[in-house]
Amino acid sequence: MSDATVLSALEVARSVRAGERTAVEVVQQHLEAIAGREGDIHAFNAVHDRDAHLAAEHLDRRIADGGDPGPLAGVPVALKDNLCTRGLPTTCSSRILEGWRPPYDATVVERLAAAGAIAIGKTNLDEFAMGSSTENSAFGPTRNPHDLSRVPGGSSGGSAAAVAAGFAPLALGSDTGGSIRQPASFCGVVGVKPTYGLVSRYGLIAFASSLDQIGPFAPTVADAATLLEVIAGHDPMDSTSIDQPSPELVRHLGEGVDGLRVGVVRELMGEGIEPDVRARVTAAAEALAAAGATVEETSVPAVSLGVSAYYLIAPAEASSNLARYDGVRYGLRVDAPTTPAMNLATRTAGFGDEVKRRIMLGTFALSAGYYDAYYGKAQQVRTLIIRDFTAAYDSFDLLLAPTTPSTAFPFGAKTDDPLAMYLSDVCTIPSNLSGDPAMSVPFGSGADGLPVGVQLLAPALQEVTMFRAAAVLEDAMAGEVGA
Amino acid sequence: MASLTRDDVAHVAALARLELTEEELDTFTGQLAKVLDHAADVEALDTEGVPPTSHPLPLRNVLRADEPRPSLERDEVLAAAPSVEDQRFRVPPVLGEAP
Repeated sequence: MSDATVLSALEVARSVRAGERTAVEVVQQHLEAIAGREGDIHAFNAVHDRDAHLAAEHLDRRIADGGDPGPLAGVPVALKDNLCTRGLPTTCSSRILEGWRPPYDATVVERLAAAGAIAIGKTNLDEFAMGSSTENSAFGPTRNPHDLSRVPGGSSGGSAAAVAAGFAPLALGSDTGGSIRQPASFCGVVGVKPTYGLVSRYGLIAFASSLDQIGPFAPTVADAATLLEVIAGHDPMDSTSIDQPSPELVRHLGEGVDGLRVGVVRELMGEGIEPDVRARVTAAAEALAAAGATVEETSVPAVSLGVSAYYLIAPAEASSNLARYDGVRYGLRVDAPTTPAMNLATRTAGFGDEVKRRIMLGTFALSAGYYDAYYGKAQQVRTLIIRDFTAAYDSFDLLLAPTTPSTAFPFGAKTDDPLAMYLSDVCTIPSNLSGDPAMSVPFGSGADGLPVGVQLLAPALQEVTMFRAAAVLEDAMAGEVGA
Repeated sequence: MASLTRDDVAHVAALARLELTEEELDTFTGQLAKVLDHAADVEALDTEGVPPTSHPLPLRNVLRADEPRPSLERDEVLAAAPSVEDQRFRVPPVLGEAP
Protein backbone atom coordinates (compact mmCIF):
# COMPACT_ATOMS: atom_id res chain seq x y z
CA MET A 1 0.00 0.00 0.00
CA SER A 2 0.93 3.60 -0.41
CA ASP A 3 2.67 5.02 2.66
CA ALA A 4 2.74 8.61 1.39
CA THR A 5 1.15 11.41 3.35
CA VAL A 6 -1.45 12.70 0.94
CA LEU A 7 -2.21 16.27 1.92
CA SER A 8 -5.54 17.89 1.16
CA ALA A 9 -5.19 20.82 -1.23
CA LEU A 10 -7.62 22.92 0.81
CA GLU A 11 -5.57 22.31 3.96
CA VAL A 12 -2.37 23.31 2.15
CA ALA A 13 -3.97 26.48 0.74
CA ARG A 14 -5.50 27.39 4.11
CA SER A 15 -2.19 27.04 5.94
CA VAL A 16 -0.30 29.05 3.32
CA ARG A 17 -2.92 31.79 3.35
CA ALA A 18 -2.82 31.87 7.16
CA GLY A 19 0.96 32.20 7.13
CA GLU A 20 1.47 28.91 9.01
CA ARG A 21 3.86 27.76 6.29
CA THR A 22 5.34 29.27 3.19
CA ALA A 23 4.68 28.19 -0.36
CA VAL A 24 8.40 27.47 -0.63
CA GLU A 25 8.15 25.01 2.28
CA VAL A 26 5.16 23.31 0.67
CA VAL A 27 6.94 22.95 -2.66
CA GLN A 28 10.09 21.66 -0.92
CA GLN A 29 8.06 19.05 0.97
CA HIS A 30 6.49 17.76 -2.24
CA LEU A 31 9.80 17.76 -4.14
CA GLU A 32 11.17 15.59 -1.33
CA ALA A 33 8.23 13.20 -1.65
CA ILE A 34 8.94 13.04 -5.39
CA ALA A 35 12.65 12.44 -4.79
CA GLY A 36 11.74 9.57 -2.47
CA ARG A 37 9.51 7.47 -4.73
CA GLU A 38 9.54 8.85 -8.27
CA GLY A 39 12.26 6.36 -9.23
CA ASP A 40 9.78 3.53 -8.56
CA ILE A 41 6.63 5.18 -9.87
CA HIS A 42 7.69 7.38 -12.82
CA ALA A 43 4.67 9.67 -12.59
CA PHE A 44 6.47 12.56 -14.30
CA ASN A 45 7.99 13.26 -17.68
CA ALA A 46 9.51 16.40 -16.16
CA VAL A 47 9.66 17.84 -12.64
CA HIS A 48 9.83 21.64 -12.66
CA ASP A 49 11.81 21.99 -9.44
CA ARG A 50 13.43 25.30 -10.31
CA ASP A 51 10.36 26.95 -11.83
CA ALA A 52 8.16 25.70 -8.98
CA HIS A 53 10.58 27.15 -6.47
CA LEU A 54 10.61 30.53 -8.23
CA ALA A 55 6.80 30.59 -8.44
CA ALA A 56 6.58 29.75 -4.72
CA GLU A 57 9.01 32.53 -3.79
CA HIS A 58 6.98 34.93 -5.91
CA LEU A 59 3.77 33.84 -4.15
CA ASP A 60 5.34 34.19 -0.70
CA ARG A 61 6.35 37.76 -1.55
CA ARG A 62 2.80 38.47 -2.73
CA ILE A 63 1.45 37.20 0.62
CA ALA A 64 4.06 39.20 2.57
CA ASP A 65 2.95 42.32 0.67
CA GLY A 66 -0.65 41.70 1.72
CA GLY A 67 -1.86 40.57 -1.71
CA ASP A 68 -4.56 37.92 -2.21
CA PRO A 69 -2.70 34.69 -2.98
CA GLY A 70 -5.81 32.98 -4.44
CA PRO A 71 -7.89 29.95 -3.48
CA LEU A 72 -5.11 27.45 -4.31
CA ALA A 73 -2.31 29.43 -2.66
CA GLY A 74 0.91 27.44 -2.73
CA VAL A 75 -0.75 24.18 -3.81
CA PRO A 76 1.47 22.12 -6.13
CA VAL A 77 -0.39 20.84 -9.19
CA ALA A 78 0.86 18.15 -11.56
CA LEU A 79 -0.09 18.71 -15.21
CA LYS A 80 -0.69 16.00 -17.75
CA ASP A 81 1.98 16.34 -20.42
CA ASN A 82 -0.55 17.10 -23.16
CA LEU A 83 -1.26 20.54 -21.67
CA CYS A 84 0.81 23.34 -23.18
CA THR A 85 3.21 25.11 -20.83
CA ARG A 86 5.02 28.10 -22.31
CA GLY A 87 8.75 27.49 -22.65
CA LEU A 88 8.56 24.12 -20.87
CA PRO A 89 8.72 20.80 -22.77
CA THR A 90 5.34 19.34 -23.71
CA THR A 91 5.64 15.89 -25.21
CA CYS A 92 2.32 13.97 -25.11
CA SER A 93 4.71 11.12 -24.18
CA SER A 94 5.56 10.89 -27.88
CA ARG A 95 8.88 10.90 -29.70
CA ILE A 96 7.30 13.10 -32.33
CA LEU A 97 7.05 16.01 -29.86
CA GLU A 98 10.17 15.31 -27.82
CA GLY A 99 11.91 18.56 -26.94
CA TRP A 100 9.06 20.81 -28.10
CA ARG A 101 8.49 23.95 -26.02
CA PRO A 102 5.10 25.55 -26.68
CA PRO A 103 5.00 29.30 -27.28
CA TYR A 104 1.90 29.68 -25.07
CA ASP A 105 0.20 28.37 -21.92
CA ALA A 106 -3.06 26.41 -21.95
CA THR A 107 -5.95 28.40 -20.46
CA VAL A 108 -6.17 26.00 -17.51
CA VAL A 109 -2.46 26.55 -16.79
CA GLU A 110 -3.00 30.33 -16.74
CA ARG A 111 -6.02 29.97 -14.45
CA LEU A 112 -4.11 27.76 -12.03
CA ALA A 113 -1.30 30.31 -11.77
CA ALA A 114 -3.83 33.11 -11.20
CA ALA A 115 -5.35 31.04 -8.35
CA GLY A 116 -1.97 30.73 -6.61
CA ALA A 117 -1.29 27.11 -7.59
CA ILE A 118 2.26 26.01 -8.41
CA ALA A 119 2.85 23.85 -11.50
CA ILE A 120 5.26 21.20 -10.20
CA GLY A 121 5.76 19.09 -13.30
CA LYS A 122 4.38 17.36 -16.37
CA THR A 123 2.97 13.89 -15.89
CA ASN A 124 3.35 10.76 -17.97
CA LEU A 125 0.51 9.51 -20.17
CA ASP A 126 -0.30 7.01 -22.86
CA GLU A 127 1.08 8.55 -26.06
CA PHE A 128 -1.31 11.28 -27.25
CA ALA A 129 -3.71 10.13 -24.48
CA MET A 130 -4.43 6.87 -26.32
CA GLY A 131 -4.59 4.00 -23.88
CA SER A 132 -5.94 2.66 -20.62
CA SER A 133 -2.77 1.73 -18.76
CA THR A 134 0.02 4.32 -19.36
CA GLU A 135 2.01 1.46 -20.92
CA ASN A 136 1.95 3.23 -24.29
CA SER A 137 4.23 6.10 -23.23
CA ALA A 138 7.36 6.51 -25.37
CA PHE A 139 9.21 7.27 -22.12
CA GLY A 140 8.28 4.12 -20.19
CA PRO A 141 5.28 3.19 -18.04
CA THR A 142 4.05 4.72 -14.80
CA ARG A 143 3.52 2.32 -11.88
CA ASN A 144 0.54 2.19 -9.54
CA PRO A 145 1.57 3.61 -6.13
CA HIS A 146 -0.63 1.01 -4.39
CA ASP A 147 1.11 -1.93 -6.09
CA LEU A 148 4.13 -1.40 -8.32
CA SER A 149 3.35 -4.54 -10.34
CA ARG A 150 0.06 -2.99 -11.50
CA VAL A 151 -0.78 -0.31 -14.04
CA PRO A 152 -2.03 3.05 -12.77
CA GLY A 153 -4.67 3.12 -15.50
CA GLY A 154 -4.62 5.51 -18.39
CA SER A 155 -4.24 7.62 -20.20
CA SER A 156 -3.76 10.13 -17.34
CA GLY A 157 -1.91 7.49 -15.29
CA GLY A 158 0.91 9.84 -14.32
CA SER A 159 -1.50 12.44 -12.93
CA ALA A 160 -3.48 9.87 -10.94
CA ALA A 161 -0.30 8.29 -9.56
CA ALA A 162 1.15 11.71 -8.65
CA VAL A 163 -1.84 12.47 -6.43
CA ALA A 164 -2.03 8.95 -4.96
CA ALA A 165 1.69 9.00 -4.12
CA GLY A 166 1.50 12.40 -2.42
CA PHE A 167 3.70 14.06 -5.08
CA ALA A 168 1.11 16.83 -5.52
CA PRO A 169 -2.26 17.40 -3.82
CA LEU A 170 -3.86 18.12 -7.18
CA ALA A 171 -3.40 17.14 -10.80
CA LEU A 172 -5.04 17.80 -14.14
CA GLY A 173 -5.77 15.14 -16.72
CA SER A 174 -7.79 14.85 -19.90
CA ASP A 175 -10.67 12.42 -20.46
CA THR A 176 -11.60 11.29 -23.98
CA GLY A 177 -13.04 7.86 -23.18
CA GLY A 178 -12.42 7.64 -19.44
CA SER A 179 -8.80 8.77 -19.20
CA ILE A 180 -9.39 10.65 -15.93
CA ARG A 181 -11.98 8.44 -14.23
CA GLN A 182 -10.38 5.06 -14.96
CA PRO A 183 -6.90 5.90 -13.53
CA ALA A 184 -8.58 7.72 -10.62
CA SER A 185 -10.39 4.47 -9.85
CA PHE A 186 -7.21 2.35 -10.15
CA CYS A 187 -5.19 4.74 -7.96
CA GLY A 188 -7.85 5.45 -5.31
CA VAL A 189 -8.35 9.17 -5.90
CA VAL A 190 -11.23 11.41 -7.02
CA GLY A 191 -11.33 12.05 -10.79
CA VAL A 192 -13.80 14.25 -12.67
CA LYS A 193 -14.79 14.59 -16.31
CA PRO A 194 -16.78 17.83 -16.45
CA THR A 195 -19.56 18.62 -18.93
CA TYR A 196 -18.07 19.00 -22.42
CA GLY A 197 -17.35 22.71 -22.92
CA LEU A 198 -17.30 23.64 -19.22
CA VAL A 199 -13.49 23.74 -19.17
CA SER A 200 -11.57 25.40 -22.00
CA ARG A 201 -9.54 23.06 -24.20
CA TYR A 202 -7.31 25.88 -25.45
CA GLY A 203 -3.77 24.53 -25.13
CA LEU A 204 -4.85 20.90 -24.67
CA ILE A 205 -3.20 18.95 -27.48
CA ALA A 206 -6.14 17.47 -29.37
CA PHE A 207 -6.84 13.72 -29.52
CA ALA A 208 -10.57 13.53 -30.39
CA SER A 209 -11.87 17.07 -30.20
CA SER A 210 -15.57 16.33 -29.75
CA LEU A 211 -14.84 14.04 -26.78
CA ASP A 212 -11.77 15.51 -25.00
CA GLN A 213 -12.33 17.32 -21.73
CA ILE A 214 -9.83 18.50 -19.10
CA GLY A 215 -10.61 17.70 -15.47
CA PRO A 216 -9.25 17.38 -11.93
CA PHE A 217 -7.65 14.65 -9.84
CA ALA A 218 -7.69 15.19 -6.07
CA PRO A 219 -7.50 13.27 -2.80
CA THR A 220 -10.89 14.60 -1.63
CA VAL A 221 -14.19 15.62 -3.20
CA ALA A 222 -13.87 19.19 -1.84
CA ASP A 223 -10.40 19.52 -3.35
CA ALA A 224 -11.68 18.35 -6.74
CA ALA A 225 -14.58 20.81 -6.50
CA THR A 226 -12.20 23.68 -5.69
CA LEU A 227 -9.91 22.83 -8.60
CA LEU A 228 -12.83 22.54 -11.03
CA GLU A 229 -14.17 25.94 -9.92
CA VAL A 230 -10.76 27.45 -10.67
CA ILE A 231 -10.40 26.02 -14.19
CA ALA A 232 -14.05 26.14 -15.39
CA GLY A 233 -15.85 29.04 -17.04
CA HIS A 234 -16.05 30.61 -20.46
CA ASP A 235 -12.92 31.15 -22.55
CA PRO A 236 -13.06 33.11 -25.81
CA MET A 237 -9.99 31.18 -27.02
CA ASP A 238 -12.03 27.94 -27.32
CA SER A 239 -14.96 28.11 -29.74
CA THR A 240 -16.61 25.13 -27.96
CA SER A 241 -16.40 26.76 -24.54
CA ILE A 242 -19.85 27.12 -22.93
CA ASP A 243 -20.73 30.77 -22.37
CA GLN A 244 -21.40 30.45 -18.64
CA PRO A 245 -19.54 31.34 -15.47
CA SER A 246 -17.82 28.66 -13.40
CA PRO A 247 -20.31 26.72 -11.23
CA GLU A 248 -20.37 27.15 -7.43
CA LEU A 249 -19.60 23.64 -6.28
CA VAL A 250 -17.90 23.94 -2.89
CA ARG A 251 -20.71 26.03 -1.39
CA HIS A 252 -23.26 23.25 -2.09
CA LEU A 253 -21.13 20.23 -1.17
CA GLY A 254 -22.78 19.65 2.21
CA GLU A 255 -26.35 19.68 0.98
CA GLY A 256 -26.67 15.89 0.89
CA VAL A 257 -28.83 13.73 -1.35
CA ASP A 258 -32.11 13.69 0.57
CA GLY A 259 -34.91 13.44 -1.99
CA LEU A 260 -32.63 12.86 -4.98
CA ARG A 261 -33.46 10.02 -7.38
CA VAL A 262 -30.50 7.80 -8.29
CA GLY A 263 -30.59 5.14 -11.01
CA VAL A 264 -28.15 2.23 -11.05
CA VAL A 265 -27.33 1.43 -14.69
CA ARG A 266 -28.25 -2.24 -15.25
CA GLU A 267 -26.25 -2.59 -18.49
CA LEU A 268 -23.03 -1.68 -16.65
CA MET A 269 -23.57 -4.08 -13.73
CA GLY A 270 -23.68 -7.39 -15.60
CA GLU A 271 -21.30 -9.73 -17.36
CA GLY A 272 -17.72 -8.55 -17.58
CA ILE A 273 -17.85 -6.57 -14.35
CA GLU A 274 -15.89 -8.23 -11.53
CA PRO A 275 -18.15 -9.31 -8.64
CA ASP A 276 -16.26 -7.32 -6.01
CA VAL A 277 -16.49 -4.17 -8.14
CA ARG A 278 -20.22 -4.77 -8.47
CA ALA A 279 -20.43 -5.24 -4.70
CA ARG A 280 -18.85 -1.86 -4.08
CA VAL A 281 -21.35 -0.15 -6.42
CA THR A 282 -24.17 -1.86 -4.53
CA ALA A 283 -22.65 -0.63 -1.25
CA ALA A 284 -22.50 2.91 -2.70
CA ALA A 285 -26.16 2.64 -3.72
CA GLU A 286 -27.01 1.63 -0.15
CA ALA A 287 -25.01 4.56 1.25
CA LEU A 288 -26.90 7.01 -0.97
CA ALA A 289 -30.21 5.42 0.04
CA ALA A 290 -29.25 5.65 3.72
CA ALA A 291 -28.63 9.37 3.17
CA GLY A 292 -32.17 9.83 1.88
CA ALA A 293 -31.92 9.25 -1.88
CA THR A 294 -34.34 7.03 -3.75
CA VAL A 295 -32.22 4.38 -5.45
CA GLU A 296 -33.55 2.08 -8.17
CA GLU A 297 -32.12 -0.05 -10.93
CA THR A 298 -32.66 1.43 -14.39
CA SER A 299 -31.90 0.66 -17.98
CA VAL A 300 -29.88 2.77 -20.44
CA PRO A 301 -29.75 0.21 -23.28
CA ALA A 302 -27.62 2.08 -25.84
CA VAL A 303 -24.62 2.36 -23.47
CA SER A 304 -23.72 -1.19 -24.51
CA LEU A 305 -22.96 0.18 -27.99
CA GLY A 306 -20.60 2.81 -26.60
CA VAL A 307 -17.28 1.03 -27.09
CA SER A 308 -18.00 0.20 -30.73
CA ALA A 309 -19.13 3.73 -31.55
CA TYR A 310 -16.22 5.27 -29.67
CA TYR A 311 -13.56 3.21 -31.45
CA LEU A 312 -14.88 4.46 -34.79
CA ILE A 313 -15.44 8.11 -33.81
CA ALA A 314 -12.38 8.79 -31.63
CA PRO A 315 -9.82 7.34 -34.09
CA ALA A 316 -11.54 9.19 -36.95
CA GLU A 317 -11.05 12.50 -35.15
CA ALA A 318 -7.54 11.46 -34.08
CA SER A 319 -6.49 10.61 -37.64
CA SER A 320 -7.47 14.13 -38.63
CA ASN A 321 -5.91 15.88 -35.60
CA LEU A 322 -2.64 13.97 -35.88
CA ALA A 323 -2.19 14.91 -39.53
CA ARG A 324 -0.46 18.06 -38.24
CA TYR A 325 2.63 16.07 -37.21
CA ASP A 326 4.39 16.30 -40.54
CA GLY A 327 7.92 17.28 -39.52
CA VAL A 328 7.58 20.82 -40.86
CA ARG A 329 6.76 23.23 -38.05
CA TYR A 330 7.69 21.52 -34.75
CA GLY A 331 8.85 18.31 -33.20
CA LEU A 332 10.72 15.49 -34.85
CA ARG A 333 11.93 15.56 -38.46
CA VAL A 334 13.53 12.58 -40.16
CA ASP A 335 15.42 13.88 -43.16
CA ALA A 336 14.55 12.60 -46.63
CA PRO A 337 15.10 13.91 -50.19
CA THR A 338 11.52 15.13 -50.71
CA THR A 339 8.79 16.52 -48.46
CA PRO A 340 6.39 13.56 -48.92
CA ALA A 341 9.23 11.16 -48.10
CA MET A 342 10.18 13.32 -45.08
CA ASN A 343 6.53 13.30 -43.88
CA LEU A 344 6.38 9.51 -44.19
CA ALA A 345 9.72 8.88 -42.47
CA THR A 346 8.96 11.34 -39.67
CA ARG A 347 5.53 9.94 -38.83
CA THR A 348 6.73 6.34 -39.11
CA ALA A 349 9.59 6.98 -36.68
CA GLY A 350 7.73 9.39 -34.40
CA PHE A 351 4.48 7.59 -33.56
CA GLY A 352 4.20 4.50 -31.37
CA ASP A 353 2.13 1.41 -32.21
CA GLU A 354 -1.10 2.39 -30.44
CA VAL A 355 -1.15 5.78 -32.13
CA LYS A 356 -0.52 4.15 -35.51
CA ARG A 357 -3.32 1.64 -34.83
CA ARG A 358 -5.80 4.40 -34.11
CA ILE A 359 -4.74 6.58 -37.02
CA MET A 360 -5.27 3.62 -39.35
CA LEU A 361 -8.58 2.68 -37.74
CA GLY A 362 -9.77 6.27 -38.16
CA THR A 363 -8.50 6.56 -41.71
CA PHE A 364 -10.34 3.34 -42.55
CA ALA A 365 -13.60 4.43 -40.85
CA LEU A 366 -13.52 7.67 -42.86
CA SER A 367 -12.49 6.15 -46.19
CA ALA A 368 -14.70 6.05 -49.26
CA GLY A 369 -16.97 3.02 -49.30
CA TYR A 370 -16.82 2.51 -45.53
CA TYR A 371 -17.77 5.96 -44.23
CA ASP A 372 -21.53 5.30 -44.07
CA ALA A 373 -21.21 1.81 -42.59
CA TYR A 374 -18.76 2.81 -39.85
CA TYR A 375 -18.35 6.51 -39.10
CA GLY A 376 -21.86 7.56 -40.12
CA LYS A 377 -23.42 4.66 -38.20
CA ALA A 378 -21.32 5.45 -35.12
CA GLN A 379 -22.56 9.03 -35.15
CA GLN A 380 -26.15 7.75 -35.23
CA VAL A 381 -25.37 5.49 -32.27
CA ARG A 382 -24.12 8.59 -30.49
CA THR A 383 -27.62 10.03 -30.94
CA LEU A 384 -29.16 6.83 -29.52
CA ILE A 385 -26.92 7.04 -26.44
CA ILE A 386 -27.87 10.68 -25.88
CA ARG A 387 -31.57 9.78 -26.24
CA ASP A 388 -31.29 6.95 -23.71
CA PHE A 389 -29.49 9.17 -21.20
CA THR A 390 -32.09 11.91 -21.70
CA ALA A 391 -34.85 9.40 -21.04
CA ALA A 392 -33.11 8.15 -17.89
CA TYR A 393 -32.69 11.69 -16.61
CA ASP A 394 -36.47 12.20 -16.91
CA SER A 395 -36.78 9.80 -13.98
CA PHE A 396 -33.45 10.23 -12.20
CA ASP A 397 -31.24 13.12 -11.02
CA LEU A 398 -28.09 10.99 -11.13
CA LEU A 399 -26.93 7.63 -12.40
CA LEU A 400 -24.58 5.27 -10.60
CA ALA A 401 -22.28 2.68 -12.20
CA PRO A 402 -18.86 1.11 -11.79
CA THR A 403 -15.99 3.27 -13.08
CA THR A 404 -14.11 0.25 -14.41
CA PRO A 405 -14.91 -3.46 -14.76
CA SER A 406 -11.93 -4.48 -12.58
CA THR A 407 -9.29 -3.16 -10.22
CA ALA A 408 -5.85 -2.22 -11.59
CA PHE A 409 -4.50 -5.01 -13.80
CA PRO A 410 -0.86 -6.20 -14.00
CA PHE A 411 1.55 -4.82 -16.59
CA GLY A 412 1.39 -6.59 -19.93
CA ALA A 413 -2.01 -8.17 -19.24
CA LYS A 414 -3.70 -6.50 -22.23
CA THR A 415 -0.86 -5.06 -24.32
CA ASP A 416 -1.08 -7.64 -27.12
CA ASP A 417 -4.85 -7.48 -27.34
CA PRO A 418 -6.02 -3.94 -28.15
CA LEU A 419 -9.69 -4.95 -28.08
CA ALA A 420 -9.39 -6.26 -24.49
CA MET A 421 -7.73 -2.97 -23.53
CA TYR A 422 -10.48 -0.98 -25.28
CA LEU A 423 -13.21 -2.91 -23.45
CA SER A 424 -11.82 -1.76 -20.09
CA ASP A 425 -13.37 1.64 -20.85
CA VAL A 426 -16.91 0.27 -21.31
CA CYS A 427 -18.32 2.10 -18.28
CA THR A 428 -16.72 5.48 -18.92
CA ILE A 429 -17.08 5.91 -22.70
CA PRO A 430 -20.86 6.61 -22.87
CA SER A 431 -20.64 9.99 -21.10
CA ASN A 432 -17.86 11.15 -23.42
CA LEU A 433 -20.14 10.42 -26.36
CA SER A 434 -23.03 12.31 -24.71
CA GLY A 435 -20.87 15.14 -23.35
CA ASP A 436 -22.39 14.78 -19.89
CA PRO A 437 -20.35 15.05 -16.67
CA ALA A 438 -19.21 12.01 -14.69
CA MET A 439 -16.79 11.35 -11.87
CA SER A 440 -15.09 8.49 -10.08
CA VAL A 441 -15.12 8.47 -6.28
CA PRO A 442 -12.94 6.02 -4.31
CA PHE A 443 -15.23 3.61 -2.49
CA GLY A 444 -13.17 0.97 -0.74
CA SER A 445 -11.23 -1.88 -2.26
CA GLY A 446 -11.62 -5.21 -4.01
CA ALA A 447 -10.70 -8.67 -2.72
CA ASP A 448 -7.13 -7.98 -3.94
CA GLY A 449 -6.88 -4.96 -1.64
CA LEU A 450 -6.66 -2.55 -4.59
CA PRO A 451 -8.82 0.60 -4.81
CA VAL A 452 -12.28 0.52 -6.39
CA GLY A 453 -13.96 3.65 -7.70
CA VAL A 454 -17.67 4.09 -8.24
CA GLN A 455 -18.94 6.36 -10.96
CA LEU A 456 -21.56 9.10 -10.65
CA LEU A 457 -23.10 10.39 -13.89
CA ALA A 458 -25.23 13.51 -14.25
CA PRO A 459 -27.04 15.48 -16.96
CA ALA A 460 -25.11 18.27 -18.68
CA LEU A 461 -24.10 21.11 -16.34
CA GLN A 462 -25.48 19.36 -13.25
CA GLU A 463 -22.04 19.09 -11.62
CA VAL A 464 -23.43 20.50 -8.37
CA THR A 465 -25.76 17.51 -7.86
CA MET A 466 -22.99 15.09 -8.82
CA PHE A 467 -20.56 16.59 -6.30
CA ARG A 468 -23.21 16.56 -3.51
CA ALA A 469 -23.61 12.81 -3.99
CA ALA A 470 -19.83 12.35 -4.17
CA ALA A 471 -19.48 14.10 -0.80
CA VAL A 472 -22.07 11.73 0.69
CA LEU A 473 -20.14 8.71 -0.60
CA GLU A 474 -16.89 10.11 0.78
CA ASP A 475 -18.49 10.57 4.22
CA ALA A 476 -19.96 7.07 4.10
CA MET A 477 -16.52 5.65 3.26
CA ALA A 478 -14.91 7.54 6.14
CA GLY A 479 -17.58 6.03 8.41
CA GLU A 480 -16.97 2.54 7.02
CA VAL A 481 -13.22 2.82 7.57
CA GLY A 482 -13.66 4.36 11.00
CA ALA A 483 -16.19 1.74 12.12
CA MET B 1 -19.60 -7.20 -42.92
CA ALA B 2 -16.55 -6.17 -44.84
CA SER B 3 -13.55 -7.97 -43.41
CA LEU B 4 -10.29 -6.09 -43.33
CA THR B 5 -7.53 -7.39 -45.57
CA ARG B 6 -3.80 -6.89 -45.52
CA ASP B 7 -4.14 -4.77 -48.67
CA ASP B 8 -6.71 -2.54 -46.95
CA VAL B 9 -4.29 -1.91 -44.08
CA ALA B 10 -1.43 -1.17 -46.48
CA HIS B 11 -3.74 1.25 -48.28
CA VAL B 12 -4.88 3.16 -45.17
CA ALA B 13 -1.31 3.26 -43.88
CA ALA B 14 -0.24 4.94 -47.11
CA LEU B 15 -3.14 7.40 -46.89
CA ALA B 16 -2.12 8.20 -43.30
CA ARG B 17 1.56 8.64 -44.29
CA LEU B 18 2.77 5.67 -42.28
CA GLU B 19 5.15 2.99 -43.50
CA LEU B 20 4.68 -0.54 -42.15
CA THR B 21 7.05 -3.50 -42.23
CA GLU B 22 5.69 -6.84 -43.50
CA GLU B 23 5.52 -8.05 -39.91
CA GLU B 24 3.68 -4.92 -38.75
CA LEU B 25 1.21 -5.35 -41.60
CA ASP B 26 0.34 -8.83 -40.32
CA THR B 27 0.01 -7.73 -36.70
CA PHE B 28 -2.04 -4.61 -37.41
CA THR B 29 -4.33 -6.44 -39.87
CA GLY B 30 -5.22 -9.01 -37.20
CA GLN B 31 -5.70 -6.43 -34.48
CA LEU B 32 -7.72 -3.95 -36.54
CA ALA B 33 -9.92 -6.72 -37.96
CA LYS B 34 -10.74 -7.78 -34.40
CA VAL B 35 -11.75 -4.24 -33.44
CA LEU B 36 -13.87 -3.85 -36.59
CA ASP B 37 -15.51 -7.23 -35.94
CA HIS B 38 -16.51 -5.91 -32.53
CA ALA B 39 -17.98 -2.85 -34.24
CA ALA B 40 -20.26 -5.16 -36.23
CA ASP B 41 -22.97 -4.51 -33.61
CA VAL B 42 -23.00 -0.89 -34.74
CA GLU B 43 -22.81 -1.76 -38.42
CA ALA B 44 -25.73 -4.20 -38.13
CA LEU B 45 -27.99 -1.79 -36.25
CA ASP B 46 -31.10 -0.42 -37.94
CA THR B 47 -30.65 3.32 -37.56
CA GLU B 48 -33.13 4.39 -40.22
CA GLY B 49 -34.24 7.95 -39.52
CA VAL B 50 -31.80 8.52 -36.63
CA PRO B 51 -29.94 11.79 -37.16
CA PRO B 52 -26.16 11.64 -36.64
CA THR B 53 -24.49 13.50 -33.76
CA SER B 54 -21.05 14.79 -34.60
CA HIS B 55 -20.61 16.92 -31.52
CA PRO B 56 -22.18 17.15 -28.04
CA LEU B 57 -22.75 20.90 -28.33
CA PRO B 58 -24.65 22.72 -31.05
CA LEU B 59 -21.67 24.28 -32.81
CA ARG B 60 -21.85 27.84 -33.96
CA ASN B 61 -19.38 30.22 -35.45
CA VAL B 62 -17.62 32.42 -32.92
CA LEU B 63 -16.44 35.81 -34.09
CA ARG B 64 -14.59 38.59 -32.35
CA ALA B 65 -14.23 42.22 -33.30
CA ASP B 66 -11.81 42.62 -36.20
CA GLU B 67 -9.14 44.48 -34.29
CA PRO B 68 -5.42 43.93 -34.82
CA ARG B 69 -3.65 42.39 -31.84
CA PRO B 70 -0.36 40.66 -31.22
CA SER B 71 -0.03 37.07 -32.38
CA LEU B 72 2.50 34.48 -31.25
CA GLU B 73 6.11 35.65 -31.31
CA ARG B 74 7.52 34.73 -34.72
CA ASP B 75 10.98 33.91 -33.36
CA GLU B 76 9.52 31.72 -30.65
CA VAL B 77 7.44 29.79 -33.18
CA LEU B 78 10.32 29.39 -35.63
CA ALA B 79 12.63 28.29 -32.81
CA ALA B 80 10.52 25.11 -32.50
CA ALA B 81 10.89 24.20 -36.17
CA PRO B 82 13.35 21.51 -37.29
CA SER B 83 14.67 23.72 -40.09
CA VAL B 84 14.30 27.43 -40.81
CA GLU B 85 15.58 29.80 -43.47
CA ASP B 86 14.89 33.52 -43.95
CA GLN B 87 12.17 33.56 -41.24
CA ARG B 88 10.33 30.68 -42.90
CA PHE B 89 9.90 26.94 -42.34
CA ARG B 90 12.34 25.12 -44.60
CA VAL B 91 11.32 21.84 -46.25
CA PRO B 92 12.91 19.52 -48.82
CA PRO B 93 11.59 19.73 -52.41
CA VAL B 94 7.89 18.91 -52.58
CA LEU B 95 8.09 17.63 -56.17
CA GLY B 96 10.98 15.53 -57.37
CA GLU B 97 14.43 15.06 -55.87
CA ALA B 98 16.73 17.70 -54.47
CA PRO B 99 19.09 19.02 -57.15
